[in-house]
Amino acid sequence: MGEWITNSAWLITALPLFSFIIVGLFLRPLNEKLAAGVATASIGLAWLSSLLLASHYFSAEVSAEAQKTLIPWTVEWLKFQEGVTVNFGVLLDPISVMMLVVVTTVSFLVHFYSLSYMHGESGYGRYFTYLNLFTFSMLGLVVAPNIFQTYFFWELVGVSSFLLIGFYYQKPSAVAASKKAFIVTRFADLGFFIGILILGYFGFKISGEIQTGSQPLDYAFLTHPEVLKAFLNLHLANGNSLLALALLLVFMGAAGKSAMFPLHIWLPDAMEGPTPVSALIHAATMVVAGVYLVARLFPVFSTVPDVLTVIAGIGLFTSAFAAIIACTQDDIKRVLAFSTLSQLGYMMFSLGLATMAEPLGYTASMFHLFTHAFFKALLFLGAGSIIHAVHSNDVWEMGGLKKKMPITHITFAMAVLAIAGIWPFSGFFSKDEILATALHGEHYVHFIGGLLVAGLTAFYMARIYFLSFWGKARTEKSSHAHESSWVMLAPLGFLALLSLTTGFIPFAEFVKIGAPLQQEGIDLHVAIPGTLMALLGLSLSAWMYTGTLNVPKKISVALGQFYVAIKNKFYVDEVYSFITHQIIFRFVAAPVAWFDRNVVDGGVNLTGAAMRGWSSALTLIQTGQLQTYLLWFVFGTVTASLLLWGIFLGMV
Amino acid sequence: MGILSWLILIPFLTALAVIFTPDSKKIRWVALIGTGIHLVVTAVASWRYLELIQGNFDSKALFTQLQMTEKLPWFASLGIQYFLGVDGISMLMTILTSIIIFTGVLASWDVENRAREFYSLLLILVTGVFGVFLSFDLFLFFMFYEVAVLPMYLLIGVWGTGPKEYSAMKLTLMLMVGSALLLVGFLALYHGSGLHTFDFTQIATVRFPKEFQFWVFPTIFIGFGILGALYPFHTWSPDGHASAPTAVSMLHAGVLMKMGGYGALRIAVYLLPDGAKDWGLFFMGLTTINILYGAFGAIKQKDLKFFTAYSSVSHCGMVLFGVASLNMLGFKGAVYQMFSHGIMTGLFFSLIGMVYGRTHTRIISEMGGIAKVMPWLATCFYIGGFASLGLPGLAGFVAESHIFLGGFFGNVWSDITVMRILTILATMSIVVTAVYVLRGLGSVFLGPITDHHFDGLTDAKLTEKLCTGILVATLIFAGVFPIFMGHMIEGSLVPILNRLQASGALAAIGH
Amino acid sequence: MLRQIVLLSLFLFSTGLYGILTRRSSVGLFIAIEMMINAAIINFVAFNRFLAPSHIDGQVMGIFAMALAAAEVLVGMAILVMLFRQRKNTDIQSMNSLKH
Repeated sequence: MGEWITNSAWLITALPLFSFIIVGLFLRPLNEKLAAGVATASIGLAWLSSLLLASHYFSAEVSAEAQKTLIPWTVEWLKFQEGVTVNFGVLLDPISVMMLVVVTTVSFLVHFYSLSYMHGESGYGRYFTYLNLFTFSMLGLVVAPNIFQTYFFWELVGVSSFLLIGFYYQKPSAVAASKKAFIVTRFADLGFFIGILILGYFGFKISGEIQTGSQPLDYAFLTHPEVLKAFLNLHLANGNSLLALALLLVFMGAAGKSAMFPLHIWLPDAMEGPTPVSALIHAATMVVAGVYLVARLFPVFSTVPDVLTVIAGIGLFTSAFAAIIACTQDDIKRVLAFSTLSQLGYMMFSLGLATMAEPLGYTASMFHLFTHAFFKALLFLGAGSIIHAVHSNDVWEMGGLKKKMPITHITFAMAVLAIAGIWPFSGFFSKDEILATALHGEHYVHFIGGLLVAGLTAFYMARIYFLSFWGKARTEKSSHAHESSWVMLAPLGFLALLSLTTGFIPFAEFVKIGAPLQQEGIDLHVAIPGTLMALLGLSLSAWMYTGTLNVPKKISVALGQFYVAIKNKFYVDEVYSFITHQIIFRFVAAPVAWFDRNVVDGGVNLTGAAMRGWSSALTLIQTGQLQTYLLWFVFGTVTASLLLWGIFLGMV
Repeated sequence: MGILSWLILIPFLTALAVIFTPDSKKIRWVALIGTGIHLVVTAVASWRYLELIQGNFDSKALFTQLQMTEKLPWFASLGIQYFLGVDGISMLMTILTSIIIFTGVLASWDVENRAREFYSLLLILVTGVFGVFLSFDLFLFFMFYEVAVLPMYLLIGVWGTGPKEYSAMKLTLMLMVGSALLLVGFLALYHGSGLHTFDFTQIATVRFPKEFQFWVFPTIFIGFGILGALYPFHTWSPDGHASAPTAVSMLHAGVLMKMGGYGALRIAVYLLPDGAKDWGLFFMGLTTINILYGAFGAIKQKDLKFFTAYSSVSHCGMVLFGVASLNMLGFKGAVYQMFSHGIMTGLFFSLIGMVYGRTHTRIISEMGGIAKVMPWLATCFYIGGFASLGLPGLAGFVAESHIFLGGFFGNVWSDITVMRILTILATMSIVVTAVYVLRGLGSVFLGPITDHHFDGLTDAKLTEKLCTGILVATLIFAGVFPIFMGHMIEGSLVPILNRLQASGALAAIGH
Repeated sequence: MLRQIVLLSLFLFSTGLYGILTRRSSVGLFIAIEMMINAAIINFVAFNRFLAPSHIDGQVMGIFAMALAAAEVLVGMAILVMLFRQRKNTDIQSMNSLKH
């Protein structure tokens, strides 16, 4: 059975596709409930298959004690030209199998949760169709054996994200958010695409010299040591490494998808989508695609340490930047969105600090990706449960939900502890590894930054937790809130269980790269300060946000303009809006449109007008008087005869 | 009479049948049946073509291997023949045209005003288009070319909207300038070859002197470029499309503009390879302007048809960009793009017609939120929009990735750094396209319904669903299984490439 | 002898040409045209007589030309009469309705 599923791994990707087609085209118009059921069931099947696959794959791997990369299925999709062929296929290696499990698990739980959460919404069937499309695209991205397939599905997840953010298409803010998300990531993908062009062309050149048995865009080719050597010999005209340029461009795509600063602006707005969508796409799966891409190409990135330094820097900055903003936001989903940004930054900087010789950061990053997917999905689904009950996103309109929604409360609290990094919850283990990477690699800035972010994370997560669950109900609605249905609570419970247990998985056994890991288990030099920071954040938050709530106001007043700037997300959105509307639209698009209508088209009309002018000038000669014509005729004849006569006589 | 003659004759016979149909209510049925038969015959012909070539091609071939040829002397004294044939490119274009005219008839189902004349002119126009794609005698080609261009004047002038006389006049005159350049170019080829024949395959055996090619190539390329909306000769397109009735816009943007790209590749580059090498970079620059300029221009348009027309300028620029990059990837991308843009823009214009038929406005800002009442049309519009911004899984992506890869791979005759810079500039259009597509479609379809008149509007009827459904299905099919088209066209591009690569010193090849 | 006859025909032709260029009345124009045609006929006959007396082509041509002139006058006068009925004048300056 395990062998069979390994060889038919394409089935896991194909199941959501089949269900997308069947549900979207046939079932949805007939019966929306049936459509939702079939969509959920198909993902459930994919989930079970990927669990089976993972257990087989990892058990086999542990016994073999070797990194295995399998490509059980490929098909020729497109032949660009001789020597540049794109083969679609399925690639199984530790990170792709891990991602298959993460994606199908969260996707299935979100599908299941949505059965109740979206109940009664118009477009119920459409919602599940989109979710299926997303799951298919995400799985296709995860198993891609070449960078072109990654790009293919990269765009498809982008569009499913667009469709789902804009699910409430009659709400202008949702429409604007979906547009923004698509365009910002599209802009980033431009870099990715140019990166692919560069890798494709020089890969093609190199593939003529080095026999690897794979196509230039395959990951197997790009990570081949000989090929990398050849790549490193290529330089730009100014002496910079060509590979560094290509990788920076690829990282631009990754940064767009994973919402790294300064391309992060779409993610907070993306919270306009339905909450389960935020849990699935904008917390657990799609946004980690950027991290995943860097990890997938890690052997290539590791040859250019400068690029990794950039990645680590951007990761750390995003992490801190987002954590600061998260402390001031009032919309519960936006806080979670900024916390996602912050955690993604964590994963990125961990990858950036890793090297092939000391690959702890790689494992740590993947571990954090894995644990984060579950506790962040749990946070979002819990927030969804609250929003469903209170009908508001504003934490100041909640309060006192502890007694009314006990299960949501318990699970949410567990997720908060997990993200804050308190033992024995999963976040503790993965965060510990990341901080250990920074400390052991002697990157003290990153270590201290990481610690501060950990403290901030604990603070703001506890803030929304205390504000929504503790104290008294601050509005009418929140005082009448009641617990959600079991369909919504079951995924919460399951995810809470995962948040509690996934930390104990010996992750480093399964996912590793390069040299063997030096250190195993928990390092107290890291765990103690990390936990202390988390506890500090939690208790500060508990002091500020339980009771009379006067302290936060005083602090915000004391911070003055600085507080306003944070609250407005440091005005990054305004800068973008200024650049697009005031500069590009006004000084590029509008002049082009004007130029075309007036100068280019004016030229055409001018030609026409000139012709008409000539013709009216010529009509002046055409008097219509036969006698005038005759006079000209006689005049002409006489002149011509004289000339001819002259020629005849040889006088002219 | 061979199957290719039938491909040209069927629309003509349908036009005759339309003229002699007694009951004016049945005209559209006659036209639909005629074009439906054509679709079937095209399918049979393409099947036979695929069987004949079986995916094999001679990678050393210097001459287009035409299949199913038909040859009859016409004006033997001038070397003019009735010479039909197909290769992969013309087969693909024939399929495209056949799909577009079939859906075009469906899209103009509600034309009541002088329906007889409308349908017959439409069918005569399309007869010309098939003639262009299937004839391999330059004279015959030119004749069909004019047959395809001229009915446009009447179709826009009589059945159009807005400033239709002005647009029709402008369009026809500008295209006539193109025709004049082509005629000059063709006559130069006729006399320059010294073979006293218009036979394409014969002329292709001649390697024209470099000097000759240097002057004739731009003449022919610009002649075709005017039809293919080459900057700065594109301004007939926004006005023409905005004024034309739905089916005419579909045919014009979907098929006629493709004749430009087709001719530029098939005649200009293939027959005059040395000229192409000299001018490649120049035209690449011009088409880069096309691509960006069309995209930026589209952002600020207020009328949906102008919006689509500017997007066509951008996309047709990509066709010529691919042609001008002079390598396999670029050529292949250009042909893919012709097909994909044809279907995509046909879909766009048919949808605009349907939306206009309901809302009675094409001004983007006057519409809003109509996805609620027309989910089918909105979905199709979005699929078309995604195809136009190059979403994977739809036809546009395959075309664009070929074209950009082609530009980046470069060729040995032009400065590769400049080519790469131009390519990267052109690549930026994918972002700009996303901006205008999402902005435009968003304000038409999404958000709250802005006008209470829109509340009572209905979604697509059966004929409209059929029309848009066929186009959407084609877009998806071409995007998911590009390998089919690859098999069809690859072999036909090889001779063009080989002729480019053959040494310029060779005075004559073959004969 | 031929010289004198050619001079006569030149005089007739020039008079006719002057008439055509200056006359405003259509009837006057017709008379002038007739004079020019007659000048041509005289030339035909005279050249035939003095240069190639063995042939009669010139004489035949003269008769043809006379017939043609008669036919022309017939058609022309008919048009003129119709025009006169409509406009009550024969001034050719006013006959420009095709131009505008």
